[in-house]
Amino acid sequence: MSATAFDAAAAARAWRPPPLIASPLLRYAIYGGALLYALLAVGTLEVNWARAAEGLERGARFIAGFFPPDFVTKRHDIMEGLMESLTMTVVSTVIGVALSIPVAVGAARNLAPLPIYLFCRAIIAISRTFQEIIIAIVFVAMVGFGPLAGMLTLSFATIGFMAKLIAEDIEDIAEEQAEAVRATGASWFQLLAWGILPQVKPRLIGLSAYRLDINFRESAVLGLVGAGGIGDTLNTAFDRYEFDTAAAILIVIIAIVLAAEYSSSWIRRKVQ
Amino acid sequence: MLLTLSGLTKRYPTGDLALKGVNLEVPKGQVMALIGPSGAGKSTLIRCVNRLVEPTSGSVVLDGTEITGLGAAALRRARRRMGMIFQEYALVERLTVMENVLSGRLGYVGFWSSWFRRFPRRDVEEAFRLLHRVGLDHMVDKRADALSGGQRQRVGIVRALMQDPQLLLVDEPTASLDPKTSRQIMRLILELCEERGLAAIINIHDVALAQQFARRIVGLRAGEIVFDGPATELTPEVLTTIYGEEDWSQTIRAVEEDEEEAVPA
Repeated sequence: MSATAFDAAAAARAWRPPPLIASPLLRYAIYGGALLYALLAVGTLEVNWARAAEGLERGARFIAGFFPPDFVTKRHDIMEGLMESLTMTVVSTVIGVALSIPVAVGAARNLAPLPIYLFCRAIIAISRTFQEIIIAIVFVAMVGFGPLAGMLTLSFATIGFMAKLIAEDIEDIAEEQAEAVRATGASWFQLLAWGILPQVKPRLIGLSAYRLDINFRESAVLGLVGAGGIGDTLNTAFDRYEFDTAAAILIVIIAIVLAAEYSSSWIRRKVQ
Repeated sequence: MLLTLSGLTKRYPTGDLALKGVNLEVPKGQVMALIGPSGAGKSTLIRCVNRLVEPTSGSVVLDGTEITGLGAAALRRARRRMGMIFQEYALVERLTVMENVLSGRLGYVGFWSSWFRRFPRRDVEEAFRLLHRVGLDHMVDKRADALSGGQRQRVGIVRALMQDPQLLLVDEPTASLDPKTSRQIMRLILELCEERGLAAIINIHDVALAQQFARRIVGLRAGEIVFDGPATELTPEVLTTIYGEEDWSQTIRAVEEDEEEAVPA
């Protein structure tokens, strides 16, 4: 028996939630350092307010050139660019998703032996390191201007994106469900189809829909480096100072991106 | 003998010695309960039998086939003869009851037949017959995650039986179930074993349940068999050997009458 009674009230008064960084010295050093750096950084910025005011006016003139948007004069070019972009988007998503599945399986530590795992992780890392524009420039140099370069770019980017996220989902599956399928005498491919696929299917479908949406947006940008699609049409319109046509193209792109975003989020909600 | 384990040893990569040269024989049609504290190696033992866990050394012989030396294809054929039932049911949650049941036939059908769910008619018939037997023939197309615990475990049992096994490996079948459902599930497993002449190794925490349903009890402690005998010989001394010191007088049914009622401390 202890002689003194335990004072819970005093203990509760003395208790504080533990801080993020335990050492007070280090804690204040980090906070103080961050604040000092922010102040110094702001101090080094050189803002030419006169130039900015002038630029504002130029920007206003530039935007005014967009109105009214002209859908009619170049409607054939717009339609052509749009169809090219949509084709590029769908084809590259299908190819990219199809290729990303084996890579994802290889990049899941619970399924693949170490050498295959490292190889597939390397593919993912390469695909994710380079921004689409850089890859597009390489492909344009390889296969020439046009939508083929854009399609190859988007397929390649899709592999890295899908494979990484699907591999992580495969690593997070409920092991015992896969174990039960193995215990029935199922082959390795049957294990994938019956033990793994049902667990990752909702995410696979949801991510594919999301990637379709991303690929369309990217296809509009890739035209700027000559990789085909609506971006090419947009670029041409700017080069010819046809700002009203450019405005029309931008509106079309915005409308399609919105539609793609709504439908992809609807699909993702449905498959859960 | 249907199943013979000799010198079965498992050392995990972490260095833990889970099984220390276990010798065990299970004759055809015998239902055996394997008891022991958590971490004694019960799960490892039954997983070494179908090599979901690879034994380090020793041998497993099922009906004349040496399991430990088999290549991948032969191992899959051997696994068809051993149905497994799991603690948390281990149903594939997003598949339907029927798909889960038919997955018990995966070892018998090719990949594409299984991909398109084209199973032989008599497999589907057998699935319906067994689902009817366990009272779930009205839930065929329900998704597995829509079922209650007891229902899920019955689907798990049917899946194991679909393999047309000679041996059932049962891992804590009642650990996630309430006492009444636990008893129903144990009774069902025993009835089905009897009907089909199946042998079973049942890992179980609940000593009273083991005693009630299994005639032979094997006690595992720290990877070694420390008791092997009929359920009636399970005395407080034996339980102390298996689990360590505790007041066992309330746990044991058969010997309760002979023992003095323990005074609560």
